[in-house]
Amino acid sequence: MFGPLISKPGSSRNNQTGSWRVEVKPKFLQKNCIACNMCVLICPEGCIQGEGKNTYMCDYNYCKGCGNCAAICPKQDIEMVKEQLEPTRAKARGT
Amino acid sequence: MNKTLFNSGHTACAGCGQSLAARLVIDAAGANTIVVNNTGCLEVFSTKYPETAWAVPWIHSLFENAAAVASGVESALKYLGKKDSINVIAQAGDGGTADIGLQALSGMLERGHDILYVCYDNEAYMNTGIQRSGLTPFETNTTTSPIGAQSLGNLRPKKPMPEIANAHGIPYVATASAGFPQDIQRKVKKALSIKGPKYIQIHVPCPLGWRHEPGLTFQVGKLAVETGLYPLIEYENGKLANVRKLTQVKPVSEYLKVQGRFKHLLNNPEAINKVQEIANYNIEKYNLSEVTT
Amino acid sequence: MKEFLEGSMAVAKIIKLCKPGVISAYPITPQTHIVEELAQMVADGHLDSQFVNVESEHSAASLVLGAVATGVRVYTATSSQGLFYMAEVLYNIAGMRLPVIMTTAARAISAPINIWNDHQDVVSLRDCGWVQLHAEDIQEVVDLHLIAYRLGEDKSMMLPVMVCMDGFVLTHGIESVDIPSQEEVDKFLPGYKPLYKLDPENPLTLGPLVDPEYYMEARYALEQTQREALVLIPKLTAEFSKVFGRTYNGLIEEYRTKDAERVIVAMGSVCGTIKEVIDELRAKGKKVGLLKITSLRPFPAQNIYEALKNVPKVGVVDRALSLGSYAPLSAEIKAVFFGKAKKPTVISSFIAGLGGRDITKDSIKEIFRLLTTKERQCEFIDLKPELLKESYE
Repeated sequence: MFGPLISKPGSSRNNQTGSWRVEVKPKFLQKNCIACNMCVLICPEGCIQGEGKNTYMCDYNYCKGCGNCAAICPKQDIEMVKEQLEPTRAKARGT
Repeated sequence: MNKTLFNSGHTACAGCGQSLAARLVIDAAGANTIVVNNTGCLEVFSTKYPETAWAVPWIHSLFENAAAVASGVESALKYLGKKDSINVIAQAGDGGTADIGLQALSGMLERGHDILYVCYDNEAYMNTGIQRSGLTPFETNTTTSPIGAQSLGNLRPKKPMPEIANAHGIPYVATASAGFPQDIQRKVKKALSIKGPKYIQIHVPCPLGWRHEPGLTFQVGKLAVETGLYPLIEYENGKLANVRKLTQVKPVSEYLKVQGRFKHLLNNPEAINKVQEIANYNIEKYNLSEVTT
Repeated sequence: MKEFLEGSMAVAKIIKLCKPGVISAYPITPQTHIVEELAQMVADGHLDSQFVNVESEHSAASLVLGAVATGVRVYTATSSQGLFYMAEVLYNIAGMRLPVIMTTAARAISAPINIWNDHQDVVSLRDCGWVQLHAEDIQEVVDLHLIAYRLGEDKSMMLPVMVCMDGFVLTHGIESVDIPSQEEVDKFLPGYKPLYKLDPENPLTLGPLVDPEYYMEARYALEQTQREALVLIPKLTAEFSKVFGRTYNGLIEEYRTKDAERVIVAMGSVCGTIKEVIDELRAKGKKVGLLKITSLRPFPAQNIYEALKNVPKVGVVDRALSLGSYAPLSAEIKAVFFGKAKKPTVISSFIAGLGGRDITKDSIKEIFRLLTTKERQCEFIDLKPELLKESYE
């Protein structure tokens, strides 16, 4: 007999950590981007992707809103803006 | 979808330096890699059953034996004649490497296994709630080296793990930092191109344990390097082969003031000076400064 | 082929025939000869195996854990302090359902430090989830290793197995042993085909964090698998008998217990001495017998019940202690009969042979003598009271 023992690859994607964001989220301006790829490298969630200038975007289903991408962008092309919470979550937070 | 071998959806804190470093390491290593992980933040937040972030074969055993388990994986691959086509990476935190894991690591290095060992150095036992480890820096506030009326925190220097690894006579030792993500990948790729035991120690800021804003992870990492407190060096076959030179040496206070774990030092110039001495010692020892006077 | 061999050499020879891919070695008396013999075989090119000299027993167990997880058959050996040093890894291997086969040379534990034979080390670890088999003589040691690989690597099991041989008595004793040929071994033991392994072609995560929502089921499954082993072991020994001609039950052995009035229950090499005493006493008309326990884990409660239910007086010889409570084997034997209608009138508990103190034929005759209707509780045999004092000066 066997029980819980082994996990199948990549199943963490079932856990949409975007729900963790409460205050800020990154806004990808896609104006002055030079496609340096630094935001892709620095994101702890690995949820930013892009191919060529001004195409970079994060997957908001997983973005935790840490802000490292905005901090590293050499062209300040990523801004941390206020998160718009759904009404139920906003109420729970008193905002 | 992002083609990464360390998937999103893991439960690391927002801004976790270790999660970004782990992803950079495995993406640099590629899909033909077996990862052996010690107990710690990385193992816990990436493999809570039934979810796993890993898209490569991955095994966790205990807290201190990643180097020994990896030695077994490597030996099995050698027996099967597959070692040349499959990388083996053993990884652990600073506690799991420098303290409880030192014996297994030393054995693995001494026996010459073809394994890359990665130490994620967030300078304390973070998974259990920020306790002092052998790699906790001088005058750091942790829960088991707390500041108090009679204490300025941890009073021992960091154990020189890169030098200890190097003393085993292995072909490659390097330090890296979450503040320099491309450098991490370059060093991992370089290490994996060399046969034999390799040791890479990556400085990874921990917003929770170091008490800084989650968005400052990479900047804090960069500051540690730019003050000389965390030199980025490479040893090849025992000799110091490469250092990242500092075109501008920043005073340690710039690094200390952005972290709550050093808050107690800020109005204590004598204490800050002691930390500055450590930075100065590193700068001289590794000849880091490119500043022309 | 029959050879006159030291126990350790016999083990090395059978392990060589089982063709492990990775062997981890760390020396500790009295198992060291085993790994030394294997090292020589590898050095001479007679055994194609990755032989790794590790830096501690904890790493010895960890190394074979990693290797078997990569899909390769493994082997290691240890004893006493080494067994305890690797204890957390042993629990880990069982919980991760990896078939590691290990020889334990049963030896006393520190303190006081003592390198001679008893069962304190292995019996202390009966809870770790490994199958634990005890051998009476060197032939049985050899045969149990073959059965262990078949059992552990079975797709319904994926369970680690510990074969226990009494330190010095069996590791350094020399007996006539029938070592099978490679063809015979290959007939009984095919190559290891793992149910799961570390392989980039099929990337799995082994050893995840399991929270309260999932943990109990993993442990339940391990417990059920031990029970399933109770059914599988006799099947394997029956097959073994067909291939090699030697018959074992694999769980217990009943020696002249059918009409016995007094039966001793014991494990390990002392059973050989007990059998000789029984033959002597039987010749004088005494109705005595031996129940040998081969498998301590899984514990063959049903078999023990059937063997002893009509025996009036049973004496359990423990070569281990559960300090502060009932002797371990005796407690489990007693548990078999609780609530049962048929049971022995008396189950007495004896402690003998700790730290290598010889259990002589006289000691065993003394135990039979003490097997009366009066129950003995943890009675130490051959104790020297002159060495004891009430207070320390």
